[in-house]
Amino acid sequence: MSEAQRNLPPVTVETRPFWEACRDGRLLLQQCRGCGHRQFYPRLVCSQCLGRELDWIEACGRGQVESFTIMRQAISPAYRNDLPYVVAIIRLAEGPTMLSNVIDCDPEALQIGMDVELRWATVTDEITLPKFGPA
Amino acid sequence: MSSLRARTAIVAAADTKVGAVPEMSATQLCVDAACRAIEAAGIGKEQVDGLLTCNAMAEPYMYHAEMIAEYLQIFPRYCMSIGAGGGTTFALVHHAATAIANGLCDTVLIATADAMRSGLSKERAFALMSSAGHPQFESPYGPSIPAFYALIAQAHMHAYGTTPEQLAAVAVNARDYASRNPAAQKREPITIDDVLASRMIADPLHVLDCSLVSDGGAAIILTSAERARDFPGEPVYLLGAGEGHSHEHISQARSLTTSAAVESGQRAYTMAGLGPRDIDVAELYDCFTPVLLIELEDLGFCDKGAAGEFVLAGELGPGGSLPTNTHGGLLAHCHPGNPGSMFSLTEAVRQLRGESCNQVAGAEVALAHAQGGIMSSHATLILGTEATR
Ligand SMILES: [Zn+2]
Repeated sequence: MSEAQRNLPPVTVETRPFWEACRDGRLLLQQCRGCGHRQFYPRLVCSQCLGRELDWIEACGRGQVESFTIMRQAISPAYRNDLPYVVAIIRLAEGPTMLSNVIDCDPEALQIGMDVELRWATVTDEITLPKFGPA
Repeated sequence: MSSLRARTAIVAAADTKVGAVPEMSATQLCVDAACRAIEAAGIGKEQVDGLLTCNAMAEPYMYHAEMIAEYLQIFPRYCMSIGAGGGTTFALVHHAATAIANGLCDTVLIATADAMRSGLSKERAFALMSSAGHPQFESPYGPSIPAFYALIAQAHMHAYGTTPEQLAAVAVNARDYASRNPAAQKREPITIDDVLASRMIADPLHVLDCSLVSDGGAAIILTSAERARDFPGEPVYLLGAGEGHSHEHISQARSLTTSAAVESGQRAYTMAGLGPRDIDVAELYDCFTPVLLIELEDLGFCDKGAAGEFVLAGELGPGGSLPTNTHGGLLAHCHPGNPGSMFSLTEAVRQLRGESCNQVAGAEVALAHAQGGIMSSHATLILGTEATR
């Protein structure tokens, strides 16, 4: 199955800097200049104080498995060769959570609370997805 | 605004045939439900001056409520379709009651239906299945809707020691009630072992932990408490209503194991002046087995983390302390998408009128709860008989 049939993020003017950084192997978060809040996904405003002065910061790439599931049935033929694959919520060291895949591991050995670190998965010339593997 | 407590009452409730209904479109199911409710109310369609619907995935219209009004040639002064996923039904009731109490209209028809089993094109069904979640930050990782609920289940198991057997007991309870409900889509009784032996979809959820895919519709008519006495059916009063909305995407949830059902429940209890111990029968949203556990806890029926034991002990069954989903719920009665919880509401009405096929003896107060999205939008209703006003 061609990679092109995978679900690709529809990049917007709001998220372009994020996805461009992913292509360069950097996971960006936003940090509020007013209150210091760090957030993912990218937003126009700080979701804590609604401040508009946000700086991009690079995440250290470490996190923990907040929860996970092992997919036994693919959502489309493009994902079938990945079975069984892990869909997880990762709590980043900086605080925010994100959905991702945990790869390079035995899914059966995965546990909530496990330390993970960034792994980059190139999908197309434009899109590289931040994924995670055992730390 | 003064309290909505007992200001409005349901005077008619009706279901269409449910399950696989290939002979009817989503629009026909909605219209069928609407006409059955109007007939049950014993009124002419011209007396309906408010119409609330939710859009149908199988046959969407830009202005769905206006479409149904046009189809039936009724000309309401209050007309709207609302979309809050599975929470839509009770949000609709909440809005309708508010509208009636504020004089926007007198008699509201709430009609919802969809044809998720027979009415979706292959392309639409594939698109729905293959693109769940946030298009940029979830969907590319290949999650499914069951997977989102599996994340919730795993977190609950990790935090509280909830077991796959306890999850399975939720599905077993639903089938048990459904086995005595001739209208239910799945009526063969099942055991915990059957659930655990069924195909794994996304750990820890087996296919029997997941609700059905159905066609079907249901409708109710809500009017002011004063007018309700003029209708032939026994009025079922809306004693409390509350909502809570916390997120859209599960990866952005405040908590995986505690939901906005806490807020929606507290708001409904406060309005009703009642608490969990006053509830005789509950109809709770059970799109996946872990959802019902979290609702039992967040609505105060048991301590946080204790719902698994509560269900395994048979408390939801006939003769238990909280008979729940007495029609069979989304797991066994039917689940036609967003209209799913309408059937909880019509069952609650039957319970309070003494007409359920799994009648809880002497039921005076019912609680119905629904959630939509991925534990995103919550709405709780508390309903009561004349004696509870
Ligand atoms: Zn801020």
